[in-house]
Amino acid sequence: MNRVAGALPLRLSPGWNRLLSAVALLALWQGAAMAVADAALLPSPLATFQAGYAELMRGELLFHVAITLARVAVAFTLAMLIGSAIGILLGRSEPLDQIFNGWLVIGLNLPALVTMVLCYMWFGLTEVAAVLAVTINKVPTVAAIVREGTKALDRSLFEMTHVFGVKPSRVLTRVILPQLAPSLMAAARAGLALTWKIVLVVELLGRPNGVGFQIRTFFNFFDIASILAYSLAFIAAVVAIETFLLQPIDRRLGRWRRA
Amino acid sequence: MTGLVLRGVTREFSEPADRHVLRGVDLAIAPGEFVSLVGPSGSGKTTLLRLIAGLDTPDAGSVTWQAERRPRFGAVFQEPRLVPWLSILDNLLLVTGPDRRERARALLAEVELAGNEDALPGQLSGGMQRRAALARALLVEPEFLMLDEPLISLDSALAERMRSLLNTYWRERRTTTLLVTHNLSEAAELSTRILILSPTEGRITADCALPLPDPRQRNDRAVTAVLEDLRRMTQAWPRPDTPEARDPLSRAS
Repeated sequence: MNRVAGALPLRLSPGWNRLLSAVALLALWQGAAMAVADAALLPSPLATFQAGYAELMRGELLFHVAITLARVAVAFTLAMLIGSAIGILLGRSEPLDQIFNGWLVIGLNLPALVTMVLCYMWFGLTEVAAVLAVTINKVPTVAAIVREGTKALDRSLFEMTHVFGVKPSRVLTRVILPQLAPSLMAAARAGLALTWKIVLVVELLGRPNGVGFQIRTFFNFFDIASILAYSLAFIAAVVAIETFLLQPIDRRLGRWRRA
Repeated sequence: MTGLVLRGVTREFSEPADRHVLRGVDLAIAPGEFVSLVGPSGSGKTTLLRLIAGLDTPDAGSVTWQAERRPRFGAVFQEPRLVPWLSILDNLLLVTGPDRRERARALLAEVELAGNEDALPGQLSGGMQRRAALARALLVEPEFLMLDEPLISLDSALAERMRSLLNTYWRERRTTTLLVTHNLSEAAELSTRILILSPTEGRITADCALPLPDPRQRNDRAVTAVLEDLRRMTQAWPRPDTPEARDPLSRAS
């Protein structure tokens, strides 16, 4: 059997490759920590784990992660609903797209920090202001992705439903949304990654709880181990959502394409 | 049952310049008629159907229904237009709602698709998809049935059985039906009237009533005589292997 020139002779299963990758990252981190040789500046993986475990035992870690996840969930849901509705409207109507495309471009380029500061100044340091700031940042991204998906919808199916006089609600749920599923999933993935990062900054600027608030607190105490522990705990939660919620939905929605 | 009147319907497309597809088409279809529209490729048959279905608007003229509201449409398009992610049964129920499930199953059996209710369209052959589209059109109990080459990809025996199904359906309900076909025999077998759409003039150039017994056989003497007349009328049409037939736009000027 010929082997492709330059290919690695070792072939492992995807699971082993992922495990190897994680071990390599930990080793790199450990090596860097040993090289820096200052636990306050770059704590080792073990020290970070111990800091996280201590926070977990005190009940703080789960509480703040849960608060942040709740904010992410509310802002994410609002942004997906509003952004999808706008995207479908713009994708289906050329005049509306021409009128509002400029608005969308402004929204896409508006710095998240500006929205956050303005929302806090207009509505005070409140929960509503925090969620609104995140939602406003996310809506243009979702709308832009869904708009492109809507433009690519199969027009012949619309003609069919028009001729048969199918109810608009049924056209939406049985014809439009399934076709938009790949765009909605792309928007959801991009949205989740963006939303949680913005939520942390919003919490850092103006909320009395959440992972962002904790990071600010540990920043004041120069506690890098706890900052890393909270970050890793939150990343783990988001990866779990991606793996156990978004990916199964994506697989389910794409079943007909494999038929 | 619903009638339909077209007056002076003109539709042209910008490419190539000044190309008329339809030029002042006048047509009246009485309630309960089974009308076949015959013409070669590029003569504007499908354009006419799109105008009647409300999928396009004429540049001049009018399409008027002899009813207070637009009739309930049943349609078979040139392509099956089944929703790829819905099962065959769900494709039928999409146009009616879930309460017609039993009737949908019965119609699928009539078009010889029993046992394929849960299949996805992509798992069926082109001919099976066309039959599913036919069942969908009949499921809505249409007041106006529009059929655009519904049997084109079926083998001859199956097409014969589907013609029989259509004929029985029409005789039982007298649904106003407009069939587009290039198959003169099919038109003669099913219709009460045949319209010839000229490939060069862009309008209906012959309107033949068929006061024939029902059901008919292709080899009936009366049907054969009508077919002979129709073949004489259409013998000047471009054959399928001529450049004009391959590119109907080339005839426009």
